[in-house]
Amino acid sequence: MELFTGLSFSVLCIQILVGLSKATILFIVASGLTLILGVLRIPNLAHGSLYMIGAFTTYSIATAFSQSSLGFWIALLLAPLIVALIGLIMEQGLFRFLYNRDHLMMLLFTFSFTLVFGDLVKLLWGSDYRSLAVPEIFQGSYSLLGMPFPRYNLFLLLLGPVFAAGLWFLTNRTILGKISRAAAVDREMVGAVGINVNRIYAAVFVLGCYLAGVGGALVAPTQNISQGMDHSIIIEIFLIVIIGGLGNVWGALLGAVIFGLTDAIGILVAPQFGIIFPYLAVITVLIFRPKGLLKSIW
Amino acid sequence: MLEVKAINTYYGLSHILFDVSLSVHTGEIVCLLGRNGAGKSTTMKTIMGLTPPKQGEIVFKGDRVTGLPAYQICRRGVGFVPDDRRVFADLTVGENLEISARPRQGFDGWDKERVYNFFPALRALEGRRAGVLSGGEQQMLTIGRALITNPDLLLLDEPTEGLAPIIVEMLEEKILELKAGGLSVLLAEQNQNVALRLSDRAYIIDNGHIRYHGSIEDLRRDEAIRHKYLLV
Ligand SMILES: Nc1ncnc2c1ncn2[C@@H]1O[C@H](COP(=O)(O)OP(=O)(O)OP(=O)(O)O)[C@@H](O)[C@H]1O
Ligand SMILES: [Mg+2]
Repeated sequence: MELFTGLSFSVLCIQILVGLSKATILFIVASGLTLILGVLRIPNLAHGSLYMIGAFTTYSIATAFSQSSLGFWIALLLAPLIVALIGLIMEQGLFRFLYNRDHLMMLLFTFSFTLVFGDLVKLLWGSDYRSLAVPEIFQGSYSLLGMPFPRYNLFLLLLGPVFAAGLWFLTNRTILGKISRAAAVDREMVGAVGINVNRIYAAVFVLGCYLAGVGGALVAPTQNISQGMDHSIIIEIFLIVIIGGLGNVWGALLGAVIFGLTDAIGILVAPQFGIIFPYLAVITVLIFRPKGLLKSIW
Repeated sequence: MLEVKAINTYYGLSHILFDVSLSVHTGEIVCLLGRNGAGKSTTMKTIMGLTPPKQGEIVFKGDRVTGLPAYQICRRGVGFVPDDRRVFADLTVGENLEISARPRQGFDGWDKERVYNFFPALRALEGRRAGVLSGGEQQMLTIGRALITNPDLLLLDEPTEGLAPIIVEMLEEKILELKAGGLSVLLAEQNQNVALRLSDRAYIIDNGHIRYHGSIEDLRRDEAIRHKYLLV
């Protein structure tokens, strides 16, 4: 079936799947950002930098274990933990003293971290880009509708629902999740029922950073790992979080899917202008739902 | 139980409480009466550690608690029912209670089951989002939420405000039941009828100053004072 000249149904399907698999990474990173935004009210511009650090760390760990076929998997396990540790140091060392400052101060403060982390990455890894091979078991492609579909993308595609379910469980079924939903709306009252809100804030901040690290680790085998990947992701995930509804994890999921799909289909329809399609989608959403698609916590 | 000594509280630059002193003894219901904007809620919040005083001292069960964060004051045994209720609206009734539970070691304290026995209406609402409850149901939940922290002293800020008469009557009974169980209560009220029915002693606050202190019988007899400081 021909949709446009040279654009068949199966190509479209594959492209949609590719878009969804990219959306997985966007969702994981954006959910971390939106958690921190919703519960701690910090618009953390350094979230993209943590993602970049996650990717570079994954590269280094996977390379260090390159004799083993498990190199990437060890990195996928460790790199996000390292990023989470950086998050813990940031929160305990600095952010926890600043929760009463206004949002602009916080924004500028986190911006300073993007500069510090940018230089730190340059210092540790140099300014060349790096690339990492896809882990052995996911090398090659499956044939879907007669078209090749990279195995690693299938892995990402399956991981998306796992993370969504995990986050659902965490926010709805664990005491930490319930408290953070309450703290997002009324921090003072959470304190008045005997909960040390600072501990909850620390946990949520670290979890958010962990998710940035996971996103960085997962993206590492799919693209060049380079300086500047912090900037491109931070723009994308902020838009995703805004169109989804600030602080809403399901909004982040929806926003990531919209972003991933419009990006993938845009590239197919108009390769030269592909990049503008997600932004058009964002503008369309914001015209009709200025506060985002789902309920914003702000 | 609670000893508030000459506290002065500010919101930014505006001075709200002027040398407010009051005390609550074990097993008493003490009311803090005053008009709109007199400083009742500010006194409650100051005791709870939400708006720490600039000067003065708060002593609870013999320990100085001035300046402690609210969560520590709660854990030491102060339960807070704020005037605007502030249920956790996005959470269910059950979740509101779960996250507030501070189980006590040793003897039998409050748990979810006991709160549901105390307010049977809440049991049926367990899975309902707290934000959609009626005013009376929310008030039962905020009291239940304070009780499940296992307090020795309960701060009740206008618990009957804006509620239907039969609910007010039910809440009054429940408050007396809590007192009979040994709980101490500081009750902020604008409505002197409720206060006169429930309390053992009364303070009157006006413009951030304590203007009167006496037993409830004295206040009941003293029409002039009530006329001067309270709406009649
Ligand atoms: N957050 C705030 N910032 C500044 N001023 C405040 C704030 N909250 C209360 N006030 C002022 O403090 C004074 C005392 O208020 P408070 O809420 O303690 O009175 P109240 O006795 O509880 O009144 P009500 O019966 O209306 O609940 C009032 O003049 C009020 O305008
Ligand atoms: Mg009040």
